[in-house]
Order: sequence, then structure tokens, then C-alpha cells
Amino acid sequence: MTTTRRDFIKSSGYLVVGVAAAANTDLLGGLVEAQGAGPYPDPDFRQLDSWIVIRPDNTATFYVGKTDLGQGTGTAFRQIMADELDLAYERTSCVMGSTDVTVDQGGSGGSDALQTDGWPMRRVAAEARRVLLTMASERLNAPVEQLQVANGTISVSSDPSRRVTYGELIGGRKFNVTLRGNNTDATTGVAQVKPVNELKIVGTSPQRYDIPPKVDGSLTWAVDAKVPGMLHARNVRPPFAGATLTSVDESSVRNLPGFVRVVRRGNYLAVVCEREEQAIQAARQLKADWQKPATAPFPSSEDLFRYMRQATPTAAGNPAVVGNPDGAFASAARVVEAEYEVPFQGHASIGPAHAMADPSNDQMTIYSNDMKSYGLRNGVAQFLNIPRDRVRVRWMEGPQAYGRTAADDAGFEAAFLAKELGRPVRVQWSRQEETAWDTKGPAFTVKMRGGLDATGNLVALDFDARAADHNHLGYNEVDTVLIAQLANMRKAAPARGGAATPSEMYAIPHRRTVAHVVGLPLVWETPLRTGNLRDPNGPQVTFASESFIDELAAAAKADPVEFRMRLLTASTTEDSGFKRARSIAVVKAAAEKYGWKPRPYPQARGNGEVLTGRGIAYTYRSQTVVAQIVDVEVNRRTGRVWVKRIVCAHDCGLVINPEALIRTLEGGTLHTLSRALHEEVTFDTEKVTSVDWATYPTLTHADTPESIEVVIVNGDPNPKRPDLPHYGAGETVCKPLIAAVANAIYDATGVRLRRVPFRSARVLAALKAAGV
Amino acid sequence: MPNYTLRVNGRTHTVDVDAATPLLYVLRNDLDLHGPRFGCGLGQCGACTVLIKGEAVRSCIRPISAVAGAEITTLEGLATNGRLHPLQQAWIDEQVPQCGYCQNGQILTAKALLDRTPNPTDAQIRQGMSSTLCRCMTYYRIQAAIKRAAKAIASARTDREVIA
Repeated sequence: MTTTRRDFIKSSGYLVVGVAAAANTDLLGGLVEAQGAGPYPDPDFRQLDSWIVIRPDNTATFYVGKTDLGQGTGTAFRQIMADELDLAYERTSCVMGSTDVTVDQGGSGGSDALQTDGWPMRRVAAEARRVLLTMASERLNAPVEQLQVANGTISVSSDPSRRVTYGELIGGRKFNVTLRGNNTDATTGVAQVKPVNELKIVGTSPQRYDIPPKVDGSLTWAVDAKVPGMLHARNVRPPFAGATLTSVDESSVRNLPGFVRVVRRGNYLAVVCEREEQAIQAARQLKADWQKPATAPFPSSEDLFRYMRQATPTAAGNPAVVGNPDGAFASAARVVEAEYEVPFQGHASIGPAHAMADPSNDQMTIYSNDMKSYGLRNGVAQFLNIPRDRVRVRWMEGPQAYGRTAADDAGFEAAFLAKELGRPVRVQWSRQEETAWDTKGPAFTVKMRGGLDATGNLVALDFDARAADHNHLGYNEVDTVLIAQLANMRKAAPARGGAATPSEMYAIPHRRTVAHVVGLPLVWETPLRTGNLRDPNGPQVTFASESFIDELAAAAKADPVEFRMRLLTASTTEDSGFKRARSIAVVKAAAEKYGWKPRPYPQARGNGEVLTGRGIAYTYRSQTVVAQIVDVEVNRRTGRVWVKRIVCAHDCGLVINPEALIRTLEGGTLHTLSRALHEEVTFDTEKVTSVDWATYPTLTHADTPESIEVVIVNGDPNPKRPDLPHYGAGETVCKPLIAAVANAIYDATGVRLRRVPFRSARVLAALKAAGV
Repeated sequence: MPNYTLRVNGRTHTVDVDAATPLLYVLRNDLDLHGPRFGCGLGQCGACTVLIKGEAVRSCIRPISAVAGAEITTLEGLATNGRLHPLQQAWIDEQVPQCGYCQNGQILTAKALLDRTPNPTDAQIRQGMSSTLCRCMTYYRIQAAIKRAAKAIASARTDREVIA
């Protein structure tokens, strides 16, 4: 077959990118067709029909307001809802995150998919089952109490030949059942959810439905979104942070093939062309003059921590004081102090930001991988001054988005350009643009001080952190996205930012905990915009707090596991989730799986080229608790650190899909190992110099541990309780790992690393300085 | 713009694009293939990988003029007669992907590796895959899947030999 490009476009037709609308067109018929052309009112979360559609063939589709970033949450949603509905998992499907057809559950973030949003999903599915039972009771002429349900078929218990399927009862029709609740999270019907012991699909591991189309190439991703007449855009970024665009010479690109337009708004600059490679060429060739700012936008990355220590906090933390720390330190037998540093780290998504926006029919449809599609919709409506009900976001699969798309820069840019040009526009960021200008996890400096009594008990602890987190971005609010900042659309005051404090259940009688936010000189239009990076602040703070616990254990000549257990068991105070008991359970489970036997810490240093050691760290996030133990090899000649073995004990309550959970934990753990060993955003006093995979190295196949052993723990004092909650699992493992690695390096070498990342050159220098 | 004739997944296509156009954009935008994906445009990450003469090639830095006439296989062309390649099946069995964006490059790089080294050691897998990046860090499962696929391919080969 021979095809020209033009013929091909004609014959292939354009991809149908709106999967969600197609899915419930069959049921809602005219309504959805009307929605296709807009406007797009919010689906009403108080209507059962907004959540569940049942078809005549006895299958169901669930409509949920979340997005799946690759952890299998869509599969888990199907499991919990199928279980409550009493329909086989295979007979269900799930539509997520498209603002015109799914209720607003906020999209993804905070590892709350199951912990928070799973509850309304379970309740509405239980309500659908209840309504269907009532309908069947009438149809079968038998009281509900005498009916039984299995796999979407309701029958009379005493005479199962009298039966009717869900599809026969309601297929193709609406429930027209109104639900209750003041907000989406609180949505409920009359029915109660099932007790845990009656759940059959929950706790099993159906394979993720999204994986086959991801490995056979058949999936249509957000990067593939395409409609007739679509143009391609590329941005042109300021060459210096904080630069002002003084002039643009459009004649430098006007004669290029496929050129359509240069678009400028303030310091935002983009070129639009017919074809993608033409837009790339035009962006490269466009002549523009930029004026450097009068003062440096930030210190260099080498000078960052000195700058942060000297800076006046923009938001001074309120110290949380327990007991009398000053008195306790004064009378302590020994006081230990240390300071830790974590640089800015980037999302550096494997796929740079992208989106496509279509202004057809006087509406604005944005095809996006935005994890918070609802926020994008609201933000774009505000940014472009379009009525909210004329904007819809179609969520589609995309590259790793562990917080990155909470500021969906490309989504805003595509919508802006589509409105300017009156044609569909696809925006694709370059690698250099993404790595330099994406949102960053804030840099931290943390001072810690601990007081030990004469018998080595920890009696006083000071935590004093500074986070470079001034103007932390919001969730697709207008002023948080780059185009709005460059176009000078800003709030009067920058966002305050935040700095977290440690999460542990240690009983320490006297404490002072304080965290400050500091700012860099350039507040807006900065490539050092801070945002949420897979557990915002947790890896940084826990690196300090859990490294320091080991420094105290070493000072007390105590075993690190035994030292932690002593601190955890010194109190019996509990919270509603039994976090103390569950903390004890994960530390014990990790030690047991690892085969941890107490011995001196650090151990006597070996003589070979490769030194080995082990390290533990523990923490929690919300109600999820985790302990990790790692084995490291440190090459004393090269400084290379290899984490050979990782044991992870994890308690997130009721587990929906154990196999998917294990892989999520493996991924989160290695993501953080990358941050521990490699990741650091570098910059000079004019610009970010981490711009690609050579200048922003990350973990590779060569670094992969030999084994990762996950132990799923249920440390609830009543593990079989019928109301065991499901907690979040997306981020907790990201918190303790850096400390576990540092503690293991100390065990291997006797050298304490207090500055992340542990790149070979830095490790080697530290070993040399210590005479190792 | 000149015309170029391409053989992709066994089909012939003619496209009229500039000679310097990277193969990636032709595959994605003209042939509507979703397997190869843009990751860096610098040949650093591997998300855009395709197979040309059995070699894993980074299509983001390969100009169309350099590949005209070559037999190109993308992820979509890996299955034969509707049956997934053992690597794709292993990827499903191991439940490898998280977001999955990079897995095109992981699978095709692994294909070239196994074609070259049918029974790779752990060290050979680490080495052979080391410049194909994953930001969800699914490396541990990818390596397990490559070993699983190598076994499946070897066992299929043995079966064929027994039948022969």
C-alpha cells in the first residue's frame, strides 16, 4: 500500500479522542450528545446516574472524579465498586477525570484516592445494589430479605429459578435516585457498605486493565490527542530567569514552511506552525531580545544553603513545644547536633508537558494528562474569562505526574493559544524546557539537636527546618502556572508556602519543632517554582529526622532498631487509626523480614574495596506507616553507592489489590532512591543549568537493587475488624528511604552523609576526608 | 518538500516532509502511531525507540532522509498474527508499567538485547538497558520481565526443535 501524507490523513480519519462521552452515550443518549457540543454543566454528584451506568448486557461503567497516574487506582476503583455492587470485576469498566461526565472528586493528589474518595464510590455502589434489590423484589414478587445476589443476578433464595439480572432491571435506563451529602466526599445513599469479611473482590489482584494497551501500542494517550485542523505550538522561554522580553523579530521566522503565527503576551512567547517539526525549528530560529533583571534571581546552587541559612524567613514557623526542652537540654548527659541539606529536586517527567485544546463550537475542550483535571477546567475558565460551563477537560493517560500536573502549564498554554488562533492547538514542551522550568520539590536545611540522659535515653529533641518554598504553587490556580506569571497575571501576595515537620510516634518527653519558609529573590516567573513532588517535603524532612535518630542511637551505643522500638513503646497513647501499634508492627515486620540481629553501630569497617552496611528508617504519612531497611555497598575507590537489597514493611489498612500495591511501593521506593543517589537541580545566578538527562542524572537500570521485598502489614489491634479502613499508598514509601540509605552508608563506612544526593564524587570526597 | 517512502510494520507509506524531519514526528503525526513517544529529542532517554534492522534506534534524532526504504518496526508491529510478542506478554504477566510512557523504549530495547543475547545475565541486562530511562523507576520489574521473556522464547524454541 502506498499512501501520501494527505491521503493517509483522509483515509485514517482523525483519532476519536473523547472516550468518556462515548462510554455513556448509550444510556444518557440525547443528554450526552447535547453535552458534546457544549455547554458542559457539572455532573451532579447527588444523582446515582452520575456515578454508575448499567447496560442491558449486565455490565456496568463507573464514573469517578479521580485520575490514575499509573498506580492502578482505576483497577482498584472497579474492585471496590464491583464488590459493593455484587457484579463480577470483568463486567465493569471505569471512566475517570473527564470534567463533563465524571463528578468532581478533585482528581489525584495527596494519596487520597482510596483513603478519601474510595468511600463515596463504595457507598454509591452499595446504594445501586439496594435500589436494584428493591426493583427485583417487585419484579419477582418476593420481599428483599428473601432475595440473594451473585454477579449481577438477583434470585429468590428458596427458588433460584426465579431470577432477574441487573441488566434486565435497569439496563439502558436511568436510576433517577437522589443521593445525600454536603459535598462529593460525603456522597451517600441509604445503603451501608459491606463489612470487610463480606468483600470478595477486594484483596484479590486482578491485573491492571490499563497495562495491555500500554504494551501493545494501542492506547491513545494525551500526547496522541488530535483533531482536524490542529496546529503545533512551541514556547520560547526567557534565556535568563526574570528576563523581560523587549522585542520580537517575527521576520526571522515568517518565511519558514508551515509558519502560522508568533504569539506574545508579556514575557510569554510562542510560535505556532502547521507541523510539529516546523514549530520546533521556528522556536529555535525566532529572534527575540531579552533584558536581564537588575538583580540576580537566585544564588547559585553551590551557594544555596548558605543563602537559605542567612535569609530572613518569609513565613516564620510557630514552634511546637512539648515539655521543657531548654531545661532538658541543660541537664542532658550528652547533646548531639547535626545539620542536613537537601537541594531542589525536579519532577523531570519522562514526557515533557503537553496538551491540546480545541475551541470548536465556541467551547474549549482540553485534552490533557492533568492529574487535577477539575482544577485545570476552573483555572482555564478564569484565565481566559470563559464561562466555566463552556470549558471541559478530557483526562487521558500521560507520563509520570507525581505532582507535576497540579500546575498544568501546557493545558493553560494550549487553551490560550487555541483561543488566540481560533483553531485547535497542541502544545509540547521540549526536554530542556521541562527539566529547567517544571515545578521543583523545595530545598531544605534542617538543624537537629538531641539530648541523651546518662543511660542513653532520648529526653529532648529540637527540629529546626528551613524550606525554600516561598510562593509554593497551588492547584491549577491561575497565578501558579507559568504562562499566567509570564503574562503578568498574579495575585497581590505570593502563596505562603510551607515546611513540614517529622512524622513519627516516638515518645520524647521534651521537644521543640519549628519549620520556616524562606524565599529566593525572584518570586514570580522563576524556574525554581516549588510544587508538590511525590510526598511534598517528606523525603527532605525524614532524611533529617531519621538520620538523626540513628546519630543518637550511635551516640547512645544502641542498636538502631532497638533504639526506635524503645521510643515507640515508651508511650501507650494512641490515635483513632492505632498509629502507634501499627508503627511498632511495621518496624518489627521489617526487622524480621530482613533478619536484623543487633550488633554495634556502625560496624567495624571492612578492609576490601567494597564496604557493606545496613540502615533502617521509619515514618508515617496520614494513617499509612512504613519501615524500610536497606543493604548498601559503598565502593571506597570510586565512591559509588549501590543499594543492593530493600526490605519494606507497609501498613495502609485494608489492601484492595496486593499485587498493584507492591508495584506501587517498589516504584515509589526506587523513585526516592533516585533522589537519594542522583538528583539535584543545578543553577548559576542567571538560570537553571539542569536541562536534560545528562545534566539531571537519575536512577538507571544499572542502579537497580538485587531484591526488593515488600511485607504488607496489618498492624491494627483488631486486624479483622469489619470497618478496617483503606488508607493511601502512593507516597509514604518515598519518605524514609533517603535516611535508610544514609544510615546504611554510615554503618558501612563510619562516615555520616548529611547532604543529598549521595553522588559518587561527593561520597568519595567524604570518605577521603574521613581517611576511609 | 521531498517524498520519502517508508516501510513501517510491513506496510509502505510515502510522506512529503522536509529531509531533516526526525522519524519520530513522521511516525506519530503522519502515520498516527502511538508506540514511539517524545521524551527528549536528544537521543538520551529512549522513549522514541523503534527497531531498524533489528537495532534499537532513537527515532527522535534520526532524520527521515536517513531511514527511507529501511524496514522499521514500532511497538504496534511487535505482535505477530495477533499474538503478543513474549516480551509484551511478560510485561503484562509481571505487571511492569506504572505510567507506562517509557515502556515502548524499554520493550523494544529489550527486544534488540534478547535478539543479540538470548539468555542474558543480570549484568548484561543492566548494561544493555542502562540508557533507557524510566521515571516511575519500574526497572526492577522490567528486569524480571526480560528474564521471564527470555525463558519463554527459549522454551518456545525448544518446543519447535522437538516438533522438528
